[in-house]
Amino acid sequence: MDVINALVVLANFVIVPGLAYGAQLALGALGVTLIYGILRFSNFAHGDTMAFGTAITIIGTNALIAAGITFGPLPTALIALPLGIAATCLLVLGTDWAVYKFYRTKKAAPVILVIVSMGVMFIMNGIVRFIIGVGDINFADGERFVVTARGFRDATGLAEGLAIRTTQVITVIVALIAMALLFWFLNKTRTGKSMRAFSDNEDLALLSGINPDWVVKVTWMIVAALATTAGVLYGLDKSFKAFTYFQLLLPIFAAAIVGGLGSPLGAIAGGFVIAFSEVTVTYAWKRVLGYVLPENLAPEALVQLMSTDYKFAVSFAILIIVLLFKPTGLFKGKSV
Amino acid sequence: MNPAIRTPLLFGFVAVLMIGTGIVQGWNSALLILNMGLISAIMALGVNLQWGFAGLFNIGVMGFVALGGLAAVLISTPPTPGAWAAGGWNIVIGLLLGGATVIAAILAQSRMAPGRIRTLTTLAILIAGFFIYRAVFDPGVAAVEAINPSVSGNIGGLNLPVLLSWPVGGLLAAGAAWIIGKTALGLRSDYLAIATLGIAEIIIAVLKNEDWLSRGVKNVIGIDRPVPFEIELQQDPTFIARAVGLGLDPVTASGIYTKLAYSALFAVVLLILLWMAQMALKSPWGRMMRAIRDNETAARAMGKDVTARHLQIFILGSAICGVAGAMMTTLDGQLTPGSYQPLRFTFLVWVMVIVGGSGNNFGAVLGGILIWWLWVQVEPMGLALMQILSSGLADGSALQTRMIDAAAHMRLLTMGLLMLIVLRFSPRGLIPER
Amino acid sequence: MTEPFLIGDTMTGGYGKGPDILHGCTIAVEKGEIAVIVGPNGAGKSTAMKAVFGMLNVNSGAVRLDGEDITHLTPQERVVKGMGFVPQTSNIFTSMTVEENLEMGAFIRRDDFSDTMAQVYDLFPILKEKRHQAAGELSGGQRQQVAVGRALMTKPKVLMLDEPTAGVSPIVMDELFDRIIEVARTGIPILMVEQNARQALEIADKAYVLVQGRNAHTGTGKQLLADPEVRRSFLGG
Repeated sequence: MDVINALVVLANFVIVPGLAYGAQLALGALGVTLIYGILRFSNFAHGDTMAFGTAITIIGTNALIAAGITFGPLPTALIALPLGIAATCLLVLGTDWAVYKFYRTKKAAPVILVIVSMGVMFIMNGIVRFIIGVGDINFADGERFVVTARGFRDATGLAEGLAIRTTQVITVIVALIAMALLFWFLNKTRTGKSMRAFSDNEDLALLSGINPDWVVKVTWMIVAALATTAGVLYGLDKSFKAFTYFQLLLPIFAAAIVGGLGSPLGAIAGGFVIAFSEVTVTYAWKRVLGYVLPENLAPEALVQLMSTDYKFAVSFAILIIVLLFKPTGLFKGKSV
Repeated sequence: MNPAIRTPLLFGFVAVLMIGTGIVQGWNSALLILNMGLISAIMALGVNLQWGFAGLFNIGVMGFVALGGLAAVLISTPPTPGAWAAGGWNIVIGLLLGGATVIAAILAQSRMAPGRIRTLTTLAILIAGFFIYRAVFDPGVAAVEAINPSVSGNIGGLNLPVLLSWPVGGLLAAGAAWIIGKTALGLRSDYLAIATLGIAEIIIAVLKNEDWLSRGVKNVIGIDRPVPFEIELQQDPTFIARAVGLGLDPVTASGIYTKLAYSALFAVVLLILLWMAQMALKSPWGRMMRAIRDNETAARAMGKDVTARHLQIFILGSAICGVAGAMMTTLDGQLTPGSYQPLRFTFLVWVMVIVGGSGNNFGAVLGGILIWWLWVQVEPMGLALMQILSSGLADGSALQTRMIDAAAHMRLLTMGLLMLIVLRFSPRGLIPER
Repeated sequence: MTEPFLIGDTMTGGYGKGPDILHGCTIAVEKGEIAVIVGPNGAGKSTAMKAVFGMLNVNSGAVRLDGEDITHLTPQERVVKGMGFVPQTSNIFTSMTVEENLEMGAFIRRDDFSDTMAQVYDLFPILKEKRHQAAGELSGGQRQQVAVGRALMTKPKVLMLDEPTAGVSPIVMDELFDRIIEVARTGIPILMVEQNARQALEIADKAYVLVQGRNAHTGTGKQLLADPEVRRSFLGG
């Protein structure tokens, strides 16, 4: 019984939140990795792209709710998501046309593009603050829980409860759908394969008659969709705040690099590696250990390896370890 | 235009801006801007050293600046009574043990033969070391933080003159830079960027959460200052007499006096650093740095130890940012860990360097002062613009309120736009590298 | 005299705004023939081929394919016109499967290319066996086969190979030459740059010896093999 209780506590505080957070990071990292693979630079404006998509989605959600349209037990934001994606598509395509294209045709060094993306980050950050402000916004509506702690306890008779929030389930499901679509697109369609070819060997792709402008456009559109989805899921799960999204840049990049920059599969693996490391290291293991260990060994203290305020340190530490021992990442990215 | 004319002209323009600000907005505000501008110029010098000379991409400026600020606290504040006896030594020993663990792990990695035994030993060292460290460290922290938490709750400092914290801030930043440089230099430039971004966030997290060190978000206030307090001046009869003699009201005069004193101090530091940076740029060392930046492979082939040179300049540049950070905390008279924002302390400095002219020390200094001026002035300018634009709307209408609220966010937009425009149309900046 | 199928006629040019590397160099290939370009290191062999393919500026002279002047077309446009090119290095998509490599080769084709793929698999049976394997995992010789197969997917009217045997072992080299002859037998003219002059000349219908960007000797492979001067200077006696 104790073991089951321990597992329930573990699921409640580590596995379920870790899965949801990992899915969000994976979607974010996929965007970063695609940009890196196709456009060959680290896009520092990615966090703010996510914030922009989420901001538009929130505005759409509010409008829908004001018009009396909701999604029943599910968050209304899911209906507004396509609007956010469309707006973000326009934003990134516009940015590419106005900013990045110039450097691409000039074949500027990647580091210049990174600096340029810093400027874009400033502007996007300003735009997001313009349209939605700097405050904390909670826009999750509908049913809060799929499984409540009390319901779980009553149903199972266990001492510990397991609460699964709707947003967590939605996060995982939506992320799985998005990833499946992406992989289907990359592996089965002509355009998707040409994107992979372009990422693998640009010169040969050009030689084969692949149109680079089209590849770049499609990439930005996919990135916009992924970034908005990641941002909205993160915002539903936690809350929306412009600055938090900027800070997500670190774990997202850590995930992309740990997985291997340029490798979509790696981005997903990296997302979950980073998320679970953060959650396990910052989780207080007292209750789990209390069930598993014999009574006289049960810990007095919280058994928390690190305070939650240092979750950045966890992504950072993993990043450094991977960079030191396997610089191309777990799934052999393009970079050395 | 000939740089011999262009440079003085641009600096003259900045001087005119400052004087204009003084006339329109008052001399106190103008000096306030100038002082932060001088500090920003120093930060820009540091970043320019790394990026302009060596092409190193450091976006962790905020962290080094914050470390400088921590130095100001650790050097100048008085030690908290009883803190060392209660747990200070525990903390120090704990930290030393933590450091020893890392060193032992690194030694195990480098000295033992590769294989499972090495991995297991390293892991064992790390895990055991971590628990020992926590066992020693945690009680110390608890004891220190328990001492009168509403006013102190930290170990305090050494009660030394605050000016001493400026070089110490540089040393702290240099130490952090050494650790980052050792791990991340030699990898791709983007990786260094991510690593520095990460370390900056971690430094801020430490300052925010380690109350025993920096009081966290409770802030350390009342840091000693190297110039007299305004209130003292206002009570000093000779000062009042002199102020009245100049036709100034003593309150304004005291403000101007202290700010001018700061300006003089900052200017001295800036000039020394600028002189050193110029000498470095012209020296064989500086030429080698630029050679490495322009063609790393060739420099490597000529037998230059590129990674070691990069480490050198990375440490130097970060140290300069640390000095600037200590100066800034001294100017503020307080350390507020919650106020460190990457957009303000890292990316704004980058805008300064890019706009000023990367690779040119004078450009960095010019960019530092100019961009800081703009950063301060954009908000009132944006507000005025919004008020004019919305003047046709009904007073208090939703759109008008919205537009006026939005003015507060004009800064980031303007800075980003400015950076992109300079990168696109004048990528070498206002004062290009020669 | 009728015009050759593909000819780079008295080409002079170089990379970008750099100095001229080619000086009045002429390279041509007739239908159903194998033409090879040989010469010492730095003679401009690859450069001459790249000039024919439009990868550098031809300042004077012209490139004509089947009588049509293509001097000012981009490499991509020349692919559409029916030229297939296999670069010397990074000539495959390493992270993609063999079959995907072939599909990418046929990217410009909108029609059904399964026939062509079957033909390529007939020519290179090993590729059929490994068609679901990532091309980067194959051996050097197999990778070259993928590269040639990829170029064949457009059903080119002429195939250009830049040192196809660079960096492969002698046994693999012989096999590659056999494959190339087989490709030529299907009726596709081949223009090839080769480091291994002797073997190349043995299979060549037409051969060009370049020295410092100029035509030094031209003739059939047999003629050049028999030419004492060519033998002395390039073939080691």
